[in-house]
Amino acid sequence: MATARKNRDQPWLMRTYSGHSSARASNALYRTNLAKGQTGLSVAFDLPTQTGYDADSPLARGEVGKVGVPISSIEDMDQLFDQIPLDQMNTSMTINATAAWLLSLYIGLAQRRGIDPTRLSGTTQNDIIKEYLSRGTYIYPPGPSMRLIADTINYTVKHVPKWNPTNICSYHLQEAGATPVQELAYALCTAMAVLDRVKASGEIAPDAFPQVVERISFFVNAGIRFIEECCKLRAFGEMWDELTLSRYQVADPKLRRFRYGVQVNSLGLTEPQPENNVQRIVLEMMSVVLSKRARARAIQLPAWNEAMGLPRPWDQQWALRMQQVMAFETDLLEYDDILDGSPVIAAKVRELIEGAKREIENVEAQGGIIAAIESGYIKRELVGSHMNRLRAIESGDLKIIGVNCFQETAESPLTLGSDGAIMKTDPAAEREQIERLQAHRKNRNDADVRAALQGLSDAARSGENIMPSSIRCALAGVSTGEWGDSLRAVFGEFRPPTGIDIAIDSREVLGKKDRVTDLRTRVASTGNALGRPLKLLVGKPGLDGHSNGAEQVAVKARDVGFEVVYDGIRLTPQQIAQAAQEEGVHMVGLSILSGSHMELVESVLQELRLRDLANVPVIAGGIIPREDADKLLALGARAVYTPKDFNLNAIMEDMVDVIRECNGLERFALRP
Amino acid sequence: MTPVNLPDPEQLAVRIMRGERAAVASGLNLLDNKLAEARNRSASLLASLSGERWLNDGHLIGVTGPPGAGKSSLVSAMIREWRLSGRTVGVLAVDPSSRPELGGGALLGDRIRIKNSSHDEGLFIRSLANRNQLGGVATEVWPMSWLMLACFDIVVIETVGVGQTEIDIAEIGDTVCYVAQPASGDTIQYLKSGIIEIPDIFAVNKSDLGAPARKTASEIGRSASRQDRREDWDYPVCLVSATMNTGIKPFHDHFDRHRKFLANAGLLDKLRIRHQSAWVMRLLKEEFGTFGLELAGGQTQIGQRLSENRFNQFEEYERMRKHILSRFFFGKPTEQSNQKGAS
Repeated sequence: MATARKNRDQPWLMRTYSGHSSARASNALYRTNLAKGQTGLSVAFDLPTQTGYDADSPLARGEVGKVGVPISSIEDMDQLFDQIPLDQMNTSMTINATAAWLLSLYIGLAQRRGIDPTRLSGTTQNDIIKEYLSRGTYIYPPGPSMRLIADTINYTVKHVPKWNPTNICSYHLQEAGATPVQELAYALCTAMAVLDRVKASGEIAPDAFPQVVERISFFVNAGIRFIEECCKLRAFGEMWDELTLSRYQVADPKLRRFRYGVQVNSLGLTEPQPENNVQRIVLEMMSVVLSKRARARAIQLPAWNEAMGLPRPWDQQWALRMQQVMAFETDLLEYDDILDGSPVIAAKVRELIEGAKREIENVEAQGGIIAAIESGYIKRELVGSHMNRLRAIESGDLKIIGVNCFQETAESPLTLGSDGAIMKTDPAAEREQIERLQAHRKNRNDADVRAALQGLSDAARSGENIMPSSIRCALAGVSTGEWGDSLRAVFGEFRPPTGIDIAIDSREVLGKKDRVTDLRTRVASTGNALGRPLKLLVGKPGLDGHSNGAEQVAVKARDVGFEVVYDGIRLTPQQIAQAAQEEGVHMVGLSILSGSHMELVESVLQELRLRDLANVPVIAGGIIPREDADKLLALGARAVYTPKDFNLNAIMEDMVDVIRECNGLERFALRP
Repeated sequence: MTPVNLPDPEQLAVRIMRGERAAVASGLNLLDNKLAEARNRSASLLASLSGERWLNDGHLIGVTGPPGAGKSSLVSAMIREWRLSGRTVGVLAVDPSSRPELGGGALLGDRIRIKNSSHDEGLFIRSLANRNQLGGVATEVWPMSWLMLACFDIVVIETVGVGQTEIDIAEIGDTVCYVAQPASGDTIQYLKSGIIEIPDIFAVNKSDLGAPARKTASEIGRSASRQDRREDWDYPVCLVSATMNTGIKPFHDHFDRHRKFLANAGLLDKLRIRHQSAWVMRLLKEEFGTFGLELAGGQTQIGQRLSENRFNQFEEYERMRKHILSRFFFGKPTEQSNQKGAS
């Protein structure tokens, strides 16, 4: 019997992206996860925290504690890390627009506990560029946002040297449709933009600049095409090494290492036959551990049921055990790089590097990544890639088991439980967090708070590093919304180009031609029967900024003949109902991926009734568990679409029929 | 046989003049509706809303310019100023439709660019597709803008300028503003085309670009001053930046100044009467064709009748519609002629 060899490599950091309901509930979860062998923490924040709003802001309604933990002040941070020694923990925070603030709360908490900040280690995601392109939790315009990133880097390099102040993310680019070449190119362009900005700030002496380069880490995606993904990571390593040497003159090769963490792909996880996601996740993990030269420093895996809703502790444990089996049972960590010398791998890496270099030159010629975002170029490229993917799924060229082939299935015992196999967040969490915040506001020293906020505004205006004044705010008990609003007042808010702006000049039509022609006839004849063309409002209530789905539906609806008002993200239910009234639409389409669908859809329905628009049908799409979908239908929503409804033509047909029914017309005959 | 519930036009008119948002929305839906009964009621609604007051109140503003010039952001900045001074604003934002063979749909993206993030009861935005109608602005735009004029202090019509649109928009707005894009071929074409004769106010947006913006402004300035339209109006050219919020206040002030100029010179009501006649003619032609116009006595006679009832040309329009409809039904009196206001 074979036994494990002694000289094994150290495994990567094992984390689980988690947090929900409240600081107290999340703290309990973290301590359980650590007891199960997790070696680092990965904090998921709720959307109000990510976008700089207090729990009692009208925009936060229904969002508090949903996709992560609500952190309103240093007291919540204290509770989140209760009995967790900050100087021994490696904490990763998925936080971007408000990264400087959450880092300030963490540093402030360490100071309050008497821990020297130089002993803190961890990561703030702190990459705003991909927020503009995909994730949607941006607040400020590009200029001030890049300055906040540079401020955190400049501060941590000097005062919190073990911290990774920014994690350049290609992860979300792949979720938005990026090909491996695009992922490589845009991530490296982003890294250059960040480093150039830090350099331009003049805060770092030239001989200390290699230390800044060393602190830049990446957050990468790994999809199911695992050989290509493995090559992509080898390409990343080679390109980063070359770039940091040629562009930033980093002489020490150790400081040029491509350091990255991974969350494997969620885009390819399916709602039908969700148990298949287990093998998908394991195969995707292979691509980031297989090659020693390009192995991840930290891994977090999604749970098998992520396409259905929020995972339970047991689901997260299963994901952690996948990592542990890979690291401790297999012989993977006993070998040197097993892909070195393979001509097939080398050729693929070369091909990816050449493609990425061409695209980098292309972006640089346009004035760099920020100019290319403002002009809409990058979004257009990503939307194009994403449409190609959707078209391939609809045509069957891209096979997804259980979705567009092999749909036959026995009933899964995994999804039979009374909880619907997903986690429910505590419905009282929002009210409790609001009460907690309001109590906190009464308990603090108002004069200190005012002085600290004044210092923050002054620093924002003068260009002085934002971190020291933010840490003073943290210690004075300033709230997340107050921090966000103070900077909003100085920097303003930003609205980047959407997929809609881009689609206006694209003429892509998805799907089979005859079916589209038939759909157009249905849309037109229904419009004629009602007296005017069918008009649809598409919007995203709440704070969730993942707008790809909403944009796809809007573009598709336009292509089949709807007049579509796209109202974008971060809308209150009141704004949506008002828009529905002013625009005179025949249908309201809501997209919600944050799990706050129950509250938000109900409020929209209520606001519509208040305006005498109860007869305007509301449909909802998103990650909505079946049990919730049934409740939404009972509340008055007319249709609910989930990730299993991947065929946009079928959705459009259904939408037309819903409009017909609501206006006393017969449904069209089912397609044969 | 229609499944659609249509509102009573006279009651609706009363509610619109009281400024009820729901009534405004419902009135706009009615004016957009092409069912026969809806057209009857639309005509009644416009006649009920009409009156002498309509020739002197409010301010109808047309904003046009090439795609990408930043019209929506600029309109958004202007709305902030109007709202600060306590005036209510209605906006009709027109976007192009895709060609009929591509489904004829439209993505209406102006709303997201115009609106402010906070809820505002004094602002009403309606997006419209131009529906590929010949001659720039869709025929729905004009009656809709008049409906909005009955209840908002300011009505802004925003359209993408492509030649014919400027001509149409000049037959809607009291004041027409052209938004130019610095260093853009569109603006050069525009300068050459002679359409420059139309706008009353010019804005060169993105003035933060510096030299190219100043150059475009001076080119427009040279062309604009040579025309022979109104001697006492100076056709201002403004450098503005909607994103940096610079130059907005002086630019904004020109709109009030232009309206005062029209009113003092006694031009405002004349202009509106002329616009009404042109559009009534166009509405009739769109619904009934040249043959229909002949049935109503031909263009000259229609023009004569409209000018006789110039304080409520819509009343005349309603009468002529009924007349034409009755002729279409071989001279027999039809139900329509007795159905005014039926609910």
